[in-house]
Amino acid sequence: MSNSILKVNNLRKKYSEFTLKDVSFELPRGYIMGLIGPNGAGKSTTIKLIMNLLKSNGGEVEIFGLNYKNNEEEIKNRIGYVGEEQIFYEDMSVAWTEKFISQYYKKWDKEYFNSLLSKFKVSKTKKIKELSKGMKVKLGIALALARHPELLILDEPTSGLDPVIRKEILDILLEVIQDENKSVLFSSHITEDIEKIADYVTYIINGKIVLSQEKENILTNWKKISLKKNLVDQEIKRLMIGIEENYFGITGITKNYSKIKNIFSLKNINDGIKISNATLDEILISLVREEE
Amino acid sequence: MFISISNNNPDPLYKQVKDQMKNAIITGELKEGDALPSIRGMANELKISVITIKRAYSELENEGYIITRRGLGSFVNDIRKDDLRREKMGEIKGRLESLLEDASKFDIDIKDIIKLLKEMEGER
Repeated sequence: MSNSILKVNNLRKKYSEFTLKDVSFELPRGYIMGLIGPNGAGKSTTIKLIMNLLKSNGGEVEIFGLNYKNNEEEIKNRIGYVGEEQIFYEDMSVAWTEKFISQYYKKWDKEYFNSLLSKFKVSKTKKIKELSKGMKVKLGIALALARHPELLILDEPTSGLDPVIRKEILDILLEVIQDENKSVLFSSHITEDIEKIADYVTYIINGKIVLSQEKENILTNWKKISLKKNLVDQEIKRLMIGIEENYFGITGITKNYSKIKNIFSLKNINDGIKISNATLDEILISLVREEE
Repeated sequence: MFISISNNNPDPLYKQVKDQMKNAIITGELKEGDALPSIRGMANELKISVITIKRAYSELENEGYIITRRGLGSFVNDIRKDDLRREKMGEIKGRLESLLEDASKFDIDIKDIIKLLKEMEGER
């Protein structure tokens, strides 16, 4: 990927109970990447390191071809960030909050901000403490977008929100990349959201990147396979992960389904094999099981 | 052109888009030279990822249904009806083979199927 907007290289962060282990991935311009992983896998830590909100114990982050050491202000001016929790002055109004935040940014598109608020049905005169969780997230997104960032980074933007609001947020993310110079990185444990709109998917489990690829590649290569008991042997089992056994046989996920297909077609076996599409969720569960 | 995406459809999303576009071209709803929506525009309309539409477009291009001109966008290609017919016949043959295999489990052979087809012909 030559035209990367974000490059993460061997990023490392040590805590007493948890280590982020040499995380590397790249996000090209014009696309959405979803960061998938179970709770506590290191999604937020990764995002905070990318935002330079935490100090790493090694590795590099390169954004717009720049690094934080020499260009922190420029990078932050070109990124829009929506954190896990929306922290505002609770007693102040939405209008006041906009005024307060806009003073820190050179480019502030008031008109666009207002149009986002009316689209999201967030009233400017309301106090922050009168807003629901979903409203606060939408306000956070509107504030992040009002400066037309090239890179939008969101940490679990849709978690804990109802499907109506989730859909509104996903639609906005798709609208952002109508401009092919812009990119979005968002983390979620709701794989359904990622499956719909993400172009690239990065799986993080136990502080490690286990898979980072184009979504279409993942969905093409990884399949769910069910096999009748008498067809199962060690060779086949080695090609599958997340294997579940029951009375009838085994079910698991594989990225070698063409290999498995070949093995059986050489033996002229057609019965007792079922290959179907795997969801990002099923792949996640299998990868987690494999890590344990 | 009408494209609708369903999560309940076992086909992957890119294939749903591809097949429906193909259909619009074959039926003549989209004609040679017609401009197609941009990849990003289509993704935004259908609310699915850009990479999914990209795959649908590139497969349609490889199969000769559409043509992409750099900087101008994608257009419906000049498709040859007899090529399409040959391709479709191949697909139908494949489907009949698996149907015959299924039927054979119940001792229904090809003659029975032919008989059935003839009856259906009479009804039409």
